[in-house]
Amino acid sequence: MSWLPTLVDACYFLAALLFILGLKRMSSPRTARGGIVWAGVGMLLAVLATFALPDMHNRGLILAAVLIGVAAAWWSGRRVAMTAMPQMVALYNGMGGGAAAGIGAAELVAHVQRAATMVPDTSPLRPESWAIDALHQVPAVAPLSPVALLLGVLGALIGAVSFSGSLVAFAKLQGWMDRRFVFPGQRIVNLLVLLLALLHGAMLATGHLELPVIAAFFVLSLLFGLLMTLPIGGADMPVVISLYNAFTGLAVAFEGYVLGNEAMIIAGMVVGAAGTLLTQLMAKAMNRSLGNVLFGSFGAAAGGAAQEIAGAQKPIEAADAAVMMAYAERVAIVPGYGMAVAQAQHKVWEFAKLLIERGVKVKFAIHPVAGRMPGHMNVLLAEAGVPYDLIEDMDDINPEFPNTDVVLVIGANDVVNPMAKTDPSSPIYGMPILDVAAAKHVIVVKRGKGTGFAGIENALFYADNTRMLYGDGQAAAGQLVSELKSLDV
Amino acid sequence: MIDGFVALYIFMLAAFTGHEIIARVPVILHTPLMSGSNFVHGIVLVGAMIALGHASTPFETGLGFVAVLLGAGNVAGGYVVTERMLEMFKPSAGKPGDKA
Repeated sequence: MSWLPTLVDACYFLAALLFILGLKRMSSPRTARGGIVWAGVGMLLAVLATFALPDMHNRGLILAAVLIGVAAAWWSGRRVAMTAMPQMVALYNGMGGGAAAGIGAAELVAHVQRAATMVPDTSPLRPESWAIDALHQVPAVAPLSPVALLLGVLGALIGAVSFSGSLVAFAKLQGWMDRRFVFPGQRIVNLLVLLLALLHGAMLATGHLELPVIAAFFVLSLLFGLLMTLPIGGADMPVVISLYNAFTGLAVAFEGYVLGNEAMIIAGMVVGAAGTLLTQLMAKAMNRSLGNVLFGSFGAAAGGAAQEIAGAQKPIEAADAAVMMAYAERVAIVPGYGMAVAQAQHKVWEFAKLLIERGVKVKFAIHPVAGRMPGHMNVLLAEAGVPYDLIEDMDDINPEFPNTDVVLVIGANDVVNPMAKTDPSSPIYGMPILDVAAAKHVIVVKRGKGTGFAGIENALFYADNTRMLYGDGQAAAGQLVSELKSLDV
Repeated sequence: MIDGFVALYIFMLAAFTGHEIIARVPVILHTPLMSGSNFVHGIVLVGAMIALGHASTPFETGLGFVAVLLGAGNVAGGYVVTERMLEMFKPSAGKPGDKA
């Protein structure tokens, strides 16, 4: 059976190669759809190879856990609405982080128990590590080298933070949790919890492997992930999910080192690096630094100095709005999270098609961070069947707004807030926005008079050329469609 | 088993690879790509399987079982969600004759 380990290693190698090629394909729109299949084949290979590993116990249990986990996630992932994708990504990412933390915990506990019973480690994965006992207070049976121990602890910490943090992100986006949770001295408490977690981690890494220390370490790590995510507002969620995605990648890579599994190291590290860069790109699109997102929560910085907005919001009826757009030359539609929540993308596209039939030039203008994830709106509009070439990025459409007759803002708020340009005290000051106020007329579809997810007033709603069309995005778009149709009768 | 410096080289090269892959990605693909990389770190399932496969006490077995469960969820959920997102990136405007 000497060929078996080689075969397993070859499978891992192929898996790592397929992951990289798959991700590479996913980074271009032309090949993206094939990319996930490549990565999927790689994953299948790696999992099958692991079953074939010699000296594995509990094969029945493993199979059962894999089947249950796959079935549950497959089912939930299939039936969830496209609009709920961001929180599903957060949820599955949290699971990965939890798995990495679980591996770390199992390794640490195993270490303690082996040390206690003085049974030599018979794991085939790290035979030579028996000899390494430096730094450990436990005698010669220590199965983990100091580096492996350190990385294992670090991976467990990062994985646990990613786990609890992602679950909070999921709960927030799902609407199960209040938007933000702030209390005085929060940062100091968070810092203290982190320091305590690190302290316990350091104790573990230097060989103080006792069960109470391990337990405290995990409780503190989980608590930190929780506390760190609670004060972050919904507008920043995409950045946070991406950050936790990178975290999970790193945790996987570190645990991969502990287990001596190259496929885990490579896949984890690639995701860690890619996720970090992606996080930075997203934060940049919002003109905020990562530190600002994590520690300078929205609202806390707003203070009392915010500008007062003069004037009132001026309502409009759907019939008038429809007529306005029907006889316009150029119309731009700005979708936001509100459209996603209301599942209004199909109705909006139906409305846009009717306008196009009448000879109106319609464009969709998408802010880089509209929705809860970059590209969120593109995905939804693509789902509704909106052609690619009608969708414009912020940089391309901003110069066109002065020549646009009507801008229809549907469910977007912070990304069109002119205070980002005019009010230095505003928490979103400096964020690039869609310059819709430059258009001749603006119609804002909005549920009520409240503020956006970031909890900030929007001067656009009070502007002279703005009219408010109150209502749920789906209902409002439906009204616009029927009003537009009735024009021709 | 990988010894210290070889592991360090692997870490470094993999990090550069990840950086290169993402460096010039259009904004519209950020979400699918985040989801795709979310699937790829589902490889943690393999590690969880190994941990469970080597568990010797009930406590370790329990930890390993939960880890495999979570890892399997990461893999399956990540795949399904990514696939559904990318499904929508059919060739521009969904013209049937247009080859991607």
